Amino acid sequence: MTVSPDLDRRFRDAAATLGLIDVGYDIVDSPIGDLLVAASDRGLATISFDPDPGERLEQLARMAGPRVLRSPRSVDGARRELDEYFAGRRRAFDLTLDLRKLPAFTISVLDELAGVPYGETTTYGALAQRVGHPRAARAVGTVMNRNRIPIVLPCHRVVGSTGNLTGYAGGLDRKFKLLELEGAR
Amino acid sequence: MMQTVAIPPFERFYEEHRVEVLRLLRRRLGVDRADDAFQETFLRALRAYGRLDHGEHLRAWVLTIAQNVALDVLRRARPTSELVEVAADDTRPAYAELAELTDGLGPKERAAVVLRYGYDLSYEQIASALGSSPDAARQATSTGVRRIRRRITS
Repeated sequence: MTVSPDLDRRFRDAAATLGLIDVGYDIVDSPIGDLLVAASDRGLATISFDPDPGERLEQLARMAGPRVLRSPRSVDGARRELDEYFAGRRRAFDLTLDLRKLPAFTISVLDELAGVPYGETTTYGALAQRVGHPRAARAVGTVMNRNRIPIVLPCHRVVGSTGNLTGYAGGLDRKFKLLELEGAR
Repeated sequence: MMQTVAIPPFERFYEEHRVEVLRLLRRRLGVDRADDAFQETFLRALRAYGRLDHGEHLRAWVLTIAQNVALDVLRRARPTSELVEVAADDTRPAYAELAELTDGLGPKERAAVVLRYGYDLSYEQIASALGSSPDAARQATSTGVRRIRRRITS
């Protein structure tokens, strides 16, 4: 005996509609592979290039509370904007973000990162300069590497001082594809 | 002290217990009425989940909720029939109140005492929640109570 997909879906939708979930997540397909997308009542919390929930559920529970549930409805807004972005119809995201439990330095770097325009690139050093720590390029690199909400917080637009792609938590191939999509490559 | 068991993310809890919950509800209510009761059971569990303080006895806990939901459905359907009155306290897990008293009991005795006196369930219901027989449930409860009494009076 199994729980039918319809019954399962009804429960998950009801849980989201009633606001009983700390974090809802779902798998969103995209041209750069399946993404695990998670959102809380505060906003978009995670985009992961590894769609296997695995340890991610425990991480989300530590961040926002134990009521972590797969719930397509919870990420409808983010899914729509991501679809538009990948279709080339959206250049900026209009989503609130859940950045809780991040250090102040990280948040200031991510704030600056959010301002890097579509189709343009900047460098780790330039970003460090803009947050007032010109010698912290390496620390900025670490923030990029741990960015919980890639794509929406566009760490793919940050490259090395010589213009090479340097690195990307989702792999250089994805970084290249995102920049190509935006016409920056 | 009993070792604290971490509360799993709800998704894992739900995946682990949903089939058993649905099976219990179908047995009690039939296929047609089980679906709504299934949703209600896990919504009640979700409401209380954020206030749990450990992850022990989650199977017994969710099956208890399912039993209560089933009783509510039956009570609504046959308001004059004699049904067991169950404490409808889903705002605070009953074991929270009994936690201190039952601390130090074995897991089975502890669950039995909590389900009997915290939720006011019959031995038959406790047996169903714990996956044992009514006799074993009665025995576990009375052993648990004897231990508590001995500790309190000693």
